[in-house]
Amino acid sequence: MTRYLTPFIFLAALLAAPFQARGQALELDIVGGNAAALPITVVPMPYLGTAVAPDTDVGAIIAANLNRSGQFRTLAESSLVEKPIRGAEIQFPTWRVLKQDFIVVGRILDAPDGGYRVEYELWDVAKQERLLGLAMSGRVRGMRDIAHQISDQIYEKILGVRGAFWTRIAYVTATGPLNSRQFALMVADSDGVNPQTVVRSREPLLSPAWSPDGRRLAYVSFERGNSTIYIQELTTGAREVIASFRGINGAPNFSPDGTRLALTLSRTGNPEVYVMDLASKALTQITRHFSIDTEAVWTPDGQSLVFTSDRAGRAQLYQVPASGGEAVRLTFEGDFNAKASISGDGKKIAMAQGSRNVYRIAVLDRSLAQPRWQTLSPGNLDESPSFAPNASMVLYATKDRGRGVLYAVSADARVRQRLVLSDGDVREPAWSPYRQR
Amino acid sequence: MNNATRALLVAAIAVGLSACAKKVREEAPAPAAAPAPVATAPVNDGRYGPEDLDTVACLRQRTILFDFDQDSLKPEVQAVLACHAKYLQDRPESRVTLEGNADERGTREYNLGLGERRGNAVSGAVQAAGGSAGQLTVVSYGEERPTCAESAESCWGNNRRVEIVYTAR
Repeated sequence: MTRYLTPFIFLAALLAAPFQARGQALELDIVGGNAAALPITVVPMPYLGTAVAPDTDVGAIIAANLNRSGQFRTLAESSLVEKPIRGAEIQFPTWRVLKQDFIVVGRILDAPDGGYRVEYELWDVAKQERLLGLAMSGRVRGMRDIAHQISDQIYEKILGVRGAFWTRIAYVTATGPLNSRQFALMVADSDGVNPQTVVRSREPLLSPAWSPDGRRLAYVSFERGNSTIYIQELTTGAREVIASFRGINGAPNFSPDGTRLALTLSRTGNPEVYVMDLASKALTQITRHFSIDTEAVWTPDGQSLVFTSDRAGRAQLYQVPASGGEAVRLTFEGDFNAKASISGDGKKIAMAQGSRNVYRIAVLDRSLAQPRWQTLSPGNLDESPSFAPNASMVLYATKDRGRGVLYAVSADARVRQRLVLSDGDVREPAWSPYRQR
Repeated sequence: MNNATRALLVAAIAVGLSACAKKVREEAPAPAAAPAPVATAPVNDGRYGPEDLDTVACLRQRTILFDFDQDSLKPEVQAVLACHAKYLQDRPESRVTLEGNADERGTREYNLGLGERRGNAVSGAVQAAGGSAGQLTVVSYGEERPTCAESAESCWGNNRRVEIVYTAR
């Protein structure tokens, strides 16, 4: 009898203590569930060394990452009746009763060079087969990075898709009263932890865009009194003015090879899309139209740009060769479609879609014979979608009770997670490319 | 703008000159830092002077409002713009920045474009009424400088605006 009751007790414990992960600055809530998610147990990884124990809970970070993806659901720590740390210690019947498909066990040791060494194993519960057995070493302060890299390895081993947990997000915060706002461009880990200030200003900041190597950010600042595009090195803080013409200098976006920048200038009188060669600073005008042409982003092959234009009345998305030429309209659903983000495989375009007074994140899948639309967000003022580099999730901005917040939503729209700053508005998210190992 | 519409615009301004529009918000009165008036009051030659920016009703109206996703000027603002145009004519050394703004709906970069269009619309009307292009600068802030933050038409309507800022009187 006890054997049969046990799963129900565990289930009750799960319901009583729903999963919650808290970042240092960003509050994370899973607002939707995913019954189809794969059940996986991440057993806490104890420190077995002789020095000072790490202050990072590696297992908890891995569990939070897997949950956030929408592809997995982890067993709550309170439900762990056994805590194996090696594959040989796993009692498979226990985990089968708990209906777990996968189990991750590991331990943390001292590394010879002074940091830590994490040894972990991923097991398939049904087959009792070891899928991964790896060790990762890192500096004392690099343990969160190690946890994100292990998350990526587990994600890729099970799903066959590269993980995007070891990545970063850029975003803009605005704090203080409306007549004396403080703006900051921030970079944090993909889970919202470790926020770092890139630049602070009393004038508006917007439109951060990552270089393909993840080392630089292009952004727009009004600190000179008019919009100006800067490119800034993240490690040194050194920055350069890229465009400061009369009129608008906006919407920077790096080409996939990092040598060119798409941007919007209105120096001729109204906003047009240009491409700048970053080495020579030479400009090529791509659009020539009296409408607003802006928010150009590169297709992954570097051959085309997708941009926003209101040449047909209201804003819609268009595609144009990156060397210039005729623009072709892409969107025919919704009154307003703007600010494209293109998935790494080029198949999907996420955008802010407006119909009357409702703005939501919509995705257009162009890989099928018939273009397929999907709405990813339920809000009223959702904007600024940004694909994760593996396109498994989309980050976007919205307003929640009058305050700007970010959400991460799984590509199937079933799991959403809110990232809220404790103070002020958060907006303009940009998901980084994969980090280089 | 073709010549016919320009002519219509000028005519509309002439009609509207007699009274200042009501739908334009007033600026808060400037602090009374000016020296106390003395007996040597200048003879009024019909030209505006710097002090008029603080006292003349139509010159104190420096916020022009717009409809959603529109950059066309409402008829009632023409009189205010003509008033500023006359000031610029009377004071060739004066300079104005036209700050274009948008409400929070739509994307930020698109709204930069929309704010600029509104600034250009005001600039065009002021020039049509006699202000010179060299005195006017347009800057768009898009949706980045709201005056209120509520997601409601009452607030949005106040944020869809061009602010007339005198950088030199």
